[in-house]
Amino acid sequence: MPRTVRDVVFVDGVRTPFGKAGPKGIYHETRADDLVVKAIRELLRRNPGLDPKQIDEVAIAATTQIGDQGLTIGRTAGILAGLPQSVPGYSIDRMCAGALTAVTTVAGSVAFGAYDVAIAGGVEHMGRHPMGEGVDPNPRFVSEKLVDESALFMGMTAENLHDRYPHITKLRADEYAVRSQEKAAKAYANGKIQADLVPISVRRTSPEAGETGWGLVTADEPMRPGTTLENLAGLKTPFRVHGRVTAGNAAGLNDGATASLIASEEFARENGLPVKMRLVSYSFAGVEPEVMGYGPIPATEKALAQAGLSISDIGLFEINEAFAVQVLAFLDHYGIADDDERVNQYGGAIAFGHPLASSGVRLMTQLARQFEEQPQVRYGLTTMCVGFGMGATVIWENPHFEGDK
Amino acid sequence: MSTTAELLKGAAELFPDEVVTQAHVRHFDLPLGAGRFALITLDNGHDHTKPTTFGPQSLANLNAAIDQVEREASEGTIVGVGVTGKPFIFAVGADLKGVELLKRHEDALAIGKGGHEVFKRLAGLAVPTFAYYNGAAMGGGVEVGLHCTYRTVSAALPAFSLPEVFLGLVPGWGGCTLLPNLIGAEKAVTVIIENSLNQNRQLKGRQVYELGIADALFEGADFLEQSLIWTAAVLKGEIVVERPAVDRGEGWDQAVAKGRFVADSKVHGAAPAAYRALDIIAAAKDGDLQKGYDAEDQALADLIMGGELRAGIYAFNLVQKRGKRPAGAPDKNLARPVTKVGVVGAGLMASQLALLFLRRLEVPVVLTDIDQERIDKGVGYVHAEIDKLLGKGRVNQDKANRLKALVTGVLDKAEGFADADFIIEAVFEEMGVKQKVFAEVEAVAPAHAVLATNTSSLSVSEMASKLQHPERVVGFHFFNPVAVLPLLEIVRGEQTDDASLATAFAVAKKLKKTAVLVKDAPAFVVNRILTRFMGEVQNVIDEGTPVEVAEKAVEPLGLPMSPLVLLELVGPAIGLHVSETLNRAFPDRFTVSPNLKAVVEAGKRGFYVYDSGKPELDPEVSALLKQGDVVLTEEQVRARVLEAVAQEIGLMLDEGVVAEAQDIDLCLITGAGWPFHLGGITPYLDREGVSERVTGKRFLAPGVASVPA
Repeated sequence: MPRTVRDVVFVDGVRTPFGKAGPKGIYHETRADDLVVKAIRELLRRNPGLDPKQIDEVAIAATTQIGDQGLTIGRTAGILAGLPQSVPGYSIDRMCAGALTAVTTVAGSVAFGAYDVAIAGGVEHMGRHPMGEGVDPNPRFVSEKLVDESALFMGMTAENLHDRYPHITKLRADEYAVRSQEKAAKAYANGKIQADLVPISVRRTSPEAGETGWGLVTADEPMRPGTTLENLAGLKTPFRVHGRVTAGNAAGLNDGATASLIASEEFARENGLPVKMRLVSYSFAGVEPEVMGYGPIPATEKALAQAGLSISDIGLFEINEAFAVQVLAFLDHYGIADDDERVNQYGGAIAFGHPLASSGVRLMTQLARQFEEQPQVRYGLTTMCVGFGMGATVIWENPHFEGDK
Repeated sequence: MSTTAELLKGAAELFPDEVVTQAHVRHFDLPLGAGRFALITLDNGHDHTKPTTFGPQSLANLNAAIDQVEREASEGTIVGVGVTGKPFIFAVGADLKGVELLKRHEDALAIGKGGHEVFKRLAGLAVPTFAYYNGAAMGGGVEVGLHCTYRTVSAALPAFSLPEVFLGLVPGWGGCTLLPNLIGAEKAVTVIIENSLNQNRQLKGRQVYELGIADALFEGADFLEQSLIWTAAVLKGEIVVERPAVDRGEGWDQAVAKGRFVADSKVHGAAPAAYRALDIIAAAKDGDLQKGYDAEDQALADLIMGGELRAGIYAFNLVQKRGKRPAGAPDKNLARPVTKVGVVGAGLMASQLALLFLRRLEVPVVLTDIDQERIDKGVGYVHAEIDKLLGKGRVNQDKANRLKALVTGVLDKAEGFADADFIIEAVFEEMGVKQKVFAEVEAVAPAHAVLATNTSSLSVSEMASKLQHPERVVGFHFFNPVAVLPLLEIVRGEQTDDASLATAFAVAKKLKKTAVLVKDAPAFVVNRILTRFMGEVQNVIDEGTPVEVAEKAVEPLGLPMSPLVLLELVGPAIGLHVSETLNRAFPDRFTVSPNLKAVVEAGKRGFYVYDSGKPELDPEVSALLKQGDVVLTEEQVRARVLEAVAQEIGLMLDEGVVAEAQDIDLCLITGAGWPFHLGGITPYLDREGVSERVTGKRFLAPGVASVPA
């Protein structure tokens, strides 16, 4: 049977505001599945042209797939969101790159012709499911020295990355973090972020955290606008004595969910759905687990090679800011300045937060907005590092591209 | 301290055990840049199994929350105020336990006024107010929302009602006044009177919206978010709420008249609540809210101090609590599993039982009878009923297939019952026949199987007496129509053991029946009281009182139907049979009416003909009646009948037929449909002084189903 690979597009993406994990966080009494359900519902409300019966798949990522993130959350979230029973779903996990992998996996199926349109997203409620909850690492990892003991602790891998690149100092990391907060505050002030957020009702019964009763969350909780280098300089380095990684130059522990619509371009156009980005290539790569922050580099190399592009073709970057050092390692590798304006124009995870498996779609949603505003840009990429030594990169084409002017 | 706060403080002191609802105030920015908003969450701190209620302290808490938002609204720091509930529950109204404690009219008045004074502040703030009916809303819960400027409702809301009239109250925190002014008198009468008197029928979220009570309907999954986005749009003027004009002309009067007709048909003037509510609705036509609130306060106080409400709350608690934890039932852990049910007989009653067991237990049910034709007919009946359920969408095709496959019929009891755990007989009501059936069943059934009899009047002990294992026989007496009436009298025979009895109670629970433990006494509870009651009516007719006078005499009780209409429903022949049984047991009190005998012998199936559309004494029956010349007044008839009932109940309690008078009332409410406002019957007999006159004492202590001393 002859087959044609089909063009795949990013139709739309939304997310919940991100919260701080923990008893005082806005989502402390909110279920993880409810977060992703509300994101899916918002996605459908925003795209009334899509008949929910046509959705071929719901792929939802979560790193810790137990409790309210378990039970094959892609399927259960679909039912809870009110999708027709005929729409199937599944769960997916590549830790931090969960939602990104949900997107590429359904995209592969769309390209193959198995699906016309699918929902891909992710959720992580790190308050209800702290990193490492329920893990049971095989003792051979240590006994046979398969990985360094620090590989399981992301903060330590970031310190390791500083060791590998001594020229990436704590000061550079802090400067990068301050800029991320500034850019995020500016993006908020200009209304770039709010348009893709779904408001979430939240309950609080414990007065220690603030006013009790039901409230409504319409903005990211982790943001620290006005952060200065002086503020950051005094922070503790929890992963190593006299280390460089602090709560200020890394993403925090967060709660949140994202959802996107991925379709064949043909389907999107026939159904009057927006075409916000066109998929060019995607790639994943493994590196030494103890320097997992290096992962985006080989992943990007592969993705560029597949696309026949070079880094100079990329006009916009959305790099997940798990740690400032990991972004800086990437930029250094490609000779891009720390404050290059093509990179994370709206700020990044250091400001917004990084609820692990949900973040990939946040990068895409922001890149899609930037594409719309910057028709002179043809290509952009979304990339992130992944625990246990991986990187993930997706290259996108701007459908609004108007040619070089 | 404001006077409202003082009023509530005084009321709170009368009710120290109140489960207190907090009114949390939380502020946040609305979407669309609509501004800062204050949302009040009503929450009693328990999960949804203990719904949020309003006692005096709870009202005081809401009052304090409104103090805060009122200040903020007047200072201009907020643009609106919302009210919502904890998960699954909005609020279910006044705390009835507090109402039961009230002893003085003035305290009752304070409760009404307290609610009004707090709730109506929501209509007088400097900013619009919004109620978000997120979950169950009843009574005062509905009313707090009615005082708000706007309302939204969740499509997932399972129950919404103004149940006050059902209990013996009026919606008295604004309901009677505000609802007709919001949605018109006709719809308001449906909610306040008709639904209430129809076994407290509940509305679902969509109906709340369609009736116009709520201005917007949102799905449950993100109800509060969508409500708040809608709120923002309303506040910004992007959405303008338009409500249809209310018909304040003839339509209003017709609605009230229709309400009176409904009330008459349900309570026959015997309970005041519906009429008081209708009076207030009628007066609300001019839109004068404060006048309406004052009338509500008066009605509430009067009704709270009246016996009908106390009886209503008592009856409600019997059905909701005692009905679910039967007094005297053995430890439920003794119950044996029931994985297959046998039914002896395949007639109409047996087939109905088979259907009920099938639907509730979902285990194999096997019918037996004396010939294949009857068996086929019985199984056919069950299949046809399942098809009807399928047609109505009550079961799907898979479930219908499953149920049909579970019901079988066999001629050979050994084949049918060899592995049955629970076998019920519904054969001809004659001791010899029943004993023979049980002997046959015992010969083939497993040793542990419970043998149940649906007898209505025969001795369970005697029926068991010739068996090798009489300890496993229990009486399992259903009421017709089996699928409708909740009562199941479970009869303990002299030798019945705890395990068999516990199994019977466990089965009853699965059947969703209200089980009451009764002693093996003639005709048990409901039939004995009904027979004495109807026998006395029959006696006065036989002695010479005209039929219509005797019938009218008991109308003020508000029973579901008149004695002779009930006899017609039961069947005169069955009525005669039961009266003969009881006459043999208690010849001094139970008579066999020669006139009833003549009617039965003439083959008549009732006393009335309905050719004119309403019941008129059948001339053929009239010709059969041989009456004496003692003509009593309605009052005299009523006194005689009630005294007979009181005497019989007194004797039954002395005999230990049931544990307490409460069980008698529970039986009459759930097995005979006797009304809540009578509390079954003993609260009424106490209230009218009949109990003391006949037995020398009350059935219930003062304060139980009555205003405490």
